[in-house]
Amino acid sequence: MSLTTPPRTGPAITDRRVPPLGGFNTTVLGLELRRMLRNRRTLFFALVFPAALFLSFGSQSDWDHSVGNGNVAAYVMVSMALYGAALIAAAGGATVATERALGWSRQLRLTPLHPAAYVVTKALVALALGAVAITTVNLVGVAQGKPSMALGTWVACGALTLLCVLVFAALGVFVGYLVPGENAMQVLGPGLAILAFLGNVFIPMDEGSVVYKIAEWTPMFGVAEISRAPLTGDLAWGAVPNAVGWLVIFVVGAAWRMSRDTARV
Amino acid sequence: MTTTPLAGEARPPTTEPGRAALLLSGVTRSFGDVHAVRGIDLRIEPGEVVAFLGPNGAGKTTTLDMVLGLGRPTSGTVEVLGLEPREAVSRGLVSAVMQSGGLLKDLTVRETVQYVASLFPHSRPVDAVMEDAGITAIAGRVVAKCSGGEQQRLRVALALLPDPALLLLDEPTTGMDVEARRSFWSTVRRDAERGRTVVFATHYLEEADQYADRIVLVAQGRIVADGTSAEVRALASGRTVRATLPAPSLAELSALRDLPGVDSVEVRGEHVLVQADDSDAVARHLLTHTPARDLEITARGLEDAFLTLTQERPA
Repeated sequence: MSLTTPPRTGPAITDRRVPPLGGFNTTVLGLELRRMLRNRRTLFFALVFPAALFLSFGSQSDWDHSVGNGNVAAYVMVSMALYGAALIAAAGGATVATERALGWSRQLRLTPLHPAAYVVTKALVALALGAVAITTVNLVGVAQGKPSMALGTWVACGALTLLCVLVFAALGVFVGYLVPGENAMQVLGPGLAILAFLGNVFIPMDEGSVVYKIAEWTPMFGVAEISRAPLTGDLAWGAVPNAVGWLVIFVVGAAWRMSRDTARV
Repeated sequence: MTTTPLAGEARPPTTEPGRAALLLSGVTRSFGDVHAVRGIDLRIEPGEVVAFLGPNGAGKTTTLDMVLGLGRPTSGTVEVLGLEPREAVSRGLVSAVMQSGGLLKDLTVRETVQYVASLFPHSRPVDAVMEDAGITAIAGRVVAKCSGGEQQRLRVALALLPDPALLLLDEPTTGMDVEARRSFWSTVRRDAERGRTVVFATHYLEEADQYADRIVLVAQGRIVADGTSAEVRALASGRTVRATLPAPSLAELSALRDLPGVDSVEVRGEHVLVQADDSDAVARHLLTHTPARDLEITARGLEDAFLTLTQERPA
């Protein structure tokens, strides 16, 4: 072969670049959101169900009793928004395991997509969906007219709820690995309902009771306290350690299952 | 599938002269006590169409995984266009069509292509690639509702998005009917003619025979033959001599076995089948020293070469 004649026309391999941000981009983000919004079952349980719960619990006779800086209806609304957001974020997290089972993550490994960019995309999708769930319950609250609190309190509660949603996105990834395939939601659905009861999200428990003493250690207790703190004006000392502790446990658990799974991918 | 060229006007990127498209040196890979790949040395030049032929469990997929950086060799090195495999993947220089799976059921065909296209900074246009792969008509269909052949065309589209210099196909026509298989290969051949290097794993002998420039035969984690289809066939050299010989005596059979270059003698009813390097000597002997008639001499097919070469090494 003569070195003076180029072998073939076509770009040289040195022209090839690696994408910026590890392949993170808005097309993928948009498509991932669209996938979640297409899943009617998830949407029903994360949007319609919490709103319906709010309408029934938040309309009981004591709805206008005062709670901290607002009323009982506002307290129930914030709780239900948290429940819906947690459910949809967990469902989003569980898709990571489903995608691995389908071999999609193997397909993605044939692209420049960096695993960190993938995790960030999934976290943003969980946050966006959480925001949709929170907004839905809050809009239903506004339309119904019973919840009452200052606008600043309202916004602060919503923002804190959104932050807390990350705990459940991590839980979703973890459970997705423990319960392979598309059955993860059948564990997450009832599981989150139980955690919501124990987390004081559905019905307030008697402080000092045995159940309450146990419930204080469960994963939804801390985040519920944090989400409602701007409204109640009060934050139990164990709430933040509880939320951070469970976040760490779920992230470590998810990472542990993920790394064990890598050999198969 | 349409027979339009896969890459349209685009040309796969070229490397500097003298650099291999794929270079494997002393590659082994073990999973605990299982030695899937036991030492492979292989150099593939740009523009070659190479069949990686071998029985199930020969180490084909394990080797392709290492070329894609999905697994690391236990020892030895793998270079794709002079780069480390993950580096070549992240620059879109190597891509692959996998056996099965690897698609999200709830996305449409077009969304799937858009998803993967968005990850490559120099991706070919989505519409052009869909046209080339023959999936424009089903662009709006949800993947779950696509047939096996349609899903395979979608995988081909995904693999062609980065316009790779090296394309790997792992048993790409599994589950396709004869017509789909033929049009799939004519598409790949046309594509390869414009300079893309193609390596495909298969256990279909006729595919390797018809569509590859070069056949690399692997068995039990090693290369047992490497060459053109004719060369590989010649390695398991010899022909089969078949004749009608009713009730041959033991003396006649042992005389046949004693002829130079005879591998085996088999009696099937009224026929005798002799495998031999020197078929002329066998034919002469049969016609002159025995009452044999209706003589037939046939070259061994690739199938026989495959069986001989892959079964010679007991595990």
